Amino acid sequence: METQIVGRITSNPTFKELVSRRTRFAWTMTVLMLVIYFGFILLVAFGKGFLAMRIGVGVTTIGIPIGISVIVLAFILTGIYVRRANSEFDALTRKIVQEAK
Amino acid sequence: MRRLATLLLVSAAAALPELALAAGVEGEVTKQATNWSAIGMFLGFVTLTLGITYWASKRTKSAAAFYSAGGGITAGQNGLAIAGDYMSAASFLGISGLVYTSGYDGLIYSVGWLVGWPIVTFLIAEPLRNLGKYTFADVASFRLGQTQIRILAACGSLVTVAFYLIAQMVGAGKLIQILFGMDYLYAVLMVGVLMITYVTFGGMVATTWVQIIKAFLLLGGATFMALMVLLHFGFNPEALFAKAVEVHPKGDQIMAPGTLIQDPISAISLGVALMFGTAGLPHILMRFFTVADAKAARKSVFYATGFIGYFYILTFIIGFGAITLVSTNPQFLDPTILASKGPIAAILGGSNMAAVHLANAVGGNIFLGFIAAVAFATILAVVSGLALAGASAISHDIYASVIKKGKAVEQDELRMSKIATVFLGILAVLLGIVFEKQNVAYMVGLAFAIACSCNFPVLLMSIYWKGLTTMGALIGGFLGLISSVTLVVLGPTVWVGVLGHPAGSAPFPYSNPALFSMGLAFFTIWLVSKIDRSKRAAEDQAAFAAQYVRCQTGIGASRAAAH
Repeated sequence: METQIVGRITSNPTFKELVSRRTRFAWTMTVLMLVIYFGFILLVAFGKGFLAMRIGVGVTTIGIPIGISVIVLAFILTGIYVRRANSEFDALTRKIVQEAK
Repeated sequence: MRRLATLLLVSAAAALPELALAAGVEGEVTKQATNWSAIGMFLGFVTLTLGITYWASKRTKSAAAFYSAGGGITAGQNGLAIAGDYMSAASFLGISGLVYTSGYDGLIYSVGWLVGWPIVTFLIAEPLRNLGKYTFADVASFRLGQTQIRILAACGSLVTVAFYLIAQMVGAGKLIQILFGMDYLYAVLMVGVLMITYVTFGGMVATTWVQIIKAFLLLGGATFMALMVLLHFGFNPEALFAKAVEVHPKGDQIMAPGTLIQDPISAISLGVALMFGTAGLPHILMRFFTVADAKAARKSVFYATGFIGYFYILTFIIGFGAITLVSTNPQFLDPTILASKGPIAAILGGSNMAAVHLANAVGGNIFLGFIAAVAFATILAVVSGLALAGASAISHDIYASVIKKGKAVEQDELRMSKIATVFLGILAVLLGIVFEKQNVAYMVGLAFAIACSCNFPVLLMSIYWKGLTTMGALIGGFLGLISSVTLVVLGPTVWVGVLGHPAGSAPFPYSNPALFSMGLAFFTIWLVSKIDRSKRAAEDQAAFAAQYVRCQTGIGASRAAAH
């Protein structure tokens, strides 16, 4: 890519906005996923008693919905990211590409 | 031959013994009676996929078609193909088997295998598509020294692929022995021949469709099994769990974490390997170049995450279904072991057969044949993806970029990739034969440890950190590669389990090196880049701005080839 175009895009306020918004969002989601997963792993390591607690009168323990929730949350977080990227970030990207021409 | 096997095993042999449980068919297996309905359905699958390969071969005339299906795969198709590439027979049979023997511990694994996908979505998928063309080395070496970083990435790819492939080939041979009553040697040969055929003639197009069909069959078969199990219990999970607790020798211990996770450091280290290893597997990363643009790449991971998450929830139900319907049925149990060790240990063919016997229990012999054929199809889809990734590392990264300095004639590069595929196929068959009697299940774990200690740090830093230099990536990446393998050899799995030293004498106390080897790789990459004052370092850092613009906007990204 020509240096001139690179300079023009990096100094474009829309580009700066896209980068700062997406970077903040992507890393926030990453940290959230890390907290959820390693929280679960630490619970497995240190909180066996808690995970083994029964819900109500049956044999189902609290660990079952928590484990399933981590799987479901991973999918939901991915969905939230994709939804915002498909609309907001793609619109900003289109604007930058237009302005770079 | 024997000495070579021992040598390879020692240098390779790996960590994450917990993974061993989940990763494949272990130990001695006995050949079963020939299962004709399974063979019939499998032949149907082979005929269909060979037909697709013939169709794909007419479209595989260019390097772009061979490596990336010309970028012409849709997001939905790629989502299924990623799922088909990732959901191995190990995760289907291994995790349902682990749930069968230990209950909740199997769920801890399933979670680990899934949580890498959001990370891939947030940080890797879009930059990868915007910056790369055929391999992840395209991205890692985008602004760095081509020769050095291509060699590093090719080493990381090939070592990861090799260990993954050994585990798959040996698993395949044993599985086919059990399922179809075929000799181990013929089984391994057949897998090798089919894999070479799909990849050399059909390239990425054929590989993609094999993976899509397999994902479709596997998800369909697993859904049917889980539904039949739930139907048996009136769609009341509590009734399923209650029955399982009643019949399982471990009682209500199967409803909570058991002995799988020994200490917090090992648990976290295993988590690191599974989570970040996913983001460093070359055959998975390669799939993002098959779609048109970054948007399609991002959507395809979302679909894949959904399919894979759904699948792991099914394996949990299938495992519990097997506890209630297989361990209570003498048809599936060995009477001598039943008398001495109880119903769970008595399962015919070992715990990895839990899902297969359950298929028989809920759907009879025809459905058993279907699931056996699906398990075989699963192996073929995974080994084809691995072979393609390995061949690309040899032809695109080593031949075209390092040896020919990026000036290779396209048809020569294409020919080289096919030669590399045949070479890898023969190597895979030979390794499959050499390792037949060895326990190789942990090699999948080693592949993940290497992927997260070498490929992932180099890729992530090259995309996001301006300060990264060629020297930093090179030294840090190789240190991650070497340390992950070394720590595995010095850890309890190999030191005690393979080399036969007394228990507790392992120089490295943890079975999972990932936390340490990945940490070391990141730290070294940072440190060396910081103190690197060379001319090359200045060029590396100066080139970041242009890379960053392309990474963020996709301007200049390689376009889908017109068909």
